[in-house]
Amino acid sequence: MSNFTIPVRVSEIKDVAPAIREFTLVADNGEDLLAFSAGSHVVVTMKGEGVVMRNAYSLVSDPNDVSGYKISVRLQEESRGGSVFMHTKVKEGDVLSIAPPSNLFAPYWGAKKHILIAGGVGVTPFMSYIPQLLQSEETVEMHYMFHSSKTGAYVGELAKQLGSQLFCYDSDKGRRADLSDILSNQPVGTHVYICGPQSLIDGVLDTADGLGWPKNAIHFEAFKAPEPGKPFDIELSKSGVKLHVKADSSILETLEAAEVPIESSCRGGVCGRCFVSVLDGDIEHRDEFLSADEKASKKCIMPCVSRATGPSLVLDL
Amino acid sequence: MRLAPKPVQTFRDDFTYCNSKEAIARFPFPFPEDEYRYSVNIEPHQPKDGPGSVFEYFYDIDEHYLSEMAERAMVMEERPSSCLMLPHMDLACWDLIDVTMHSLVSDYPDYFSLEKQGDQWTWHNHLLKQKDQFTFGDSSTLPEPPLAYMGKQVQGDFALMDQRENNLFMDAGLITCPADWSLAFDVGMSFAQWHGPVPFVHSEGIIDRALKFLMSIPQKQPTRRLNWTLTINPRMDTSPETYPNWGSDRTTITPENIGEKVYLRVELQVFDRMPRSNALMMNIRTYLISMEDLVTNPEWAQRIHRTMRSLPPEIVDYKGLTRFHPMLVEWLSQFDQ
Repeated sequence: MSNFTIPVRVSEIKDVAPAIREFTLVADNGEDLLAFSAGSHVVVTMKGEGVVMRNAYSLVSDPNDVSGYKISVRLQEESRGGSVFMHTKVKEGDVLSIAPPSNLFAPYWGAKKHILIAGGVGVTPFMSYIPQLLQSEETVEMHYMFHSSKTGAYVGELAKQLGSQLFCYDSDKGRRADLSDILSNQPVGTHVYICGPQSLIDGVLDTADGLGWPKNAIHFEAFKAPEPGKPFDIELSKSGVKLHVKADSSILETLEAAEVPIESSCRGGVCGRCFVSVLDGDIEHRDEFLSADEKASKKCIMPCVSRATGPSLVLDL
Repeated sequence: MRLAPKPVQTFRDDFTYCNSKEAIARFPFPFPEDEYRYSVNIEPHQPKDGPGSVFEYFYDIDEHYLSEMAERAMVMEERPSSCLMLPHMDLACWDLIDVTMHSLVSDYPDYFSLEKQGDQWTWHNHLLKQKDQFTFGDSSTLPEPPLAYMGKQVQGDFALMDQRENNLFMDAGLITCPADWSLAFDVGMSFAQWHGPVPFVHSEGIIDRALKFLMSIPQKQPTRRLNWTLTINPRMDTSPETYPNWGSDRTTITPENIGEKVYLRVELQVFDRMPRSNALMMNIRTYLISMEDLVTNPEWAQRIHRTMRSLPPEIVDYKGLTRFHPMLVEWLSQFDQ
């Protein structure tokens, strides 16, 4: 079965920080888009020259507003090309295709208090959190770390919504957050949400652990773009088709380029939608989805991020 | 051709419920092979088997619509705990109204209509001769709480599962035709907790895989599966709360009445992601057919004999078939010569 997609038109593009560009997407047929929940993302399909790229971006608009979605893209020069494409090729009026919003980072509605910790472009999922949390009269506190020479989008907007509950730390002005300070003396029932670089996630996890926070009160947006690796071959057992996975492509992207039907959603090893059984070959598991037992069994793979350690894999496709 | 709702029949007391010839022909027969195998048998909930099939639309409104709605109203009156919602599920219930009303007007424009002016909605259910105006999202503008209101207009039970902590929780539901489980008992439980009594699935990792699959269902990609059991008489409400009313029915089965009294009970379970709340909705649509009607299809008659014959004893016990299972296999064998 193919994935359900929605054609959208880029109605507005604006720069919200030196390296971050915001795109407003409206349904190409002029109708309302689907409602979504706080923390949702969409996967955008980008058709470049001879290559199709798909990236997941958090929705940064109010979940109650279905007239259009907003996404914010940080230019990543070193990346696999998706953000460069969005920054340099996409113009107002262009039509892109997106998958319906999906959520792997929802707020915990039973929390007594919500602490949002954002690093750089990691502010994006919280842009949909805040309207919903405030509307539900939840207690919210936000800590936002950025380099104003590159990132730091939406500071004004956030200050309007959160007032004194917004704390900003601009590294370019020498301001740094003290995680231990933030996480100390918080009321029981507080939940923490982190979105940002891995170093920030690890820092919060370590600090919270040291302070005796329960693990299930810490939430983080774990999915990320697939990392490159060594090239290898895959063989599809049912069709006998053989394909080559390039160093900077994932198995999932290789299958899609060959028009092999496969479902997917987050494309970052979290949601589990693209699960494939493996018949032969050694696997380098890079996902957060499979259990340790499943990984050790060598019988399945998440093709969006994981790769072969050897020269080839045989997939049950 | 799609079957129009017929006048109200009963699922209790005098049991006037019956299937028309056409309803028998479209019955969702659940056994894909002779040998019984426990399987999760999940597939995308997309149209299948052409016009008039139970898989044609998102919800199947069939000839039993009015009967099932009348039965549901009775059960909700007798047992208020058949409809429960934890406080954080209000948004999920409105999601259900949104998804359900839009799907019904698009699939059954002769039966239902909806007019929207901003958040002011006017809903018309022509089958139940009901018209309501309300403010979308404001539960105080509905004649009943949102889940009860919507559930009284759609066949099949509803469960709304909250997704958090890498798990699903049964945090709201409208369950008036359960196959021997209690919403009042299960409400608030996690996925593994409410599946506690099911044999095999825990040790073989089936529960973990099913949970992971369900949690990954995105918007606009609903999924379905069939589940089954056997029920004595066409009784919709086989809940633990009413066990005194139906438990002893199992002792009344004889070789003479078995074809008429034993019903195959099939649940068409549909799972769909709710937009605003991220809850997972499950619609459990129950179909009942007597053995007598079922064996009018020779392929089904042969298949169900072989499937029943190969049921593991644990499944026979779990589904509550112990008392009459051998008699049923014997009776069915006449159609598999």
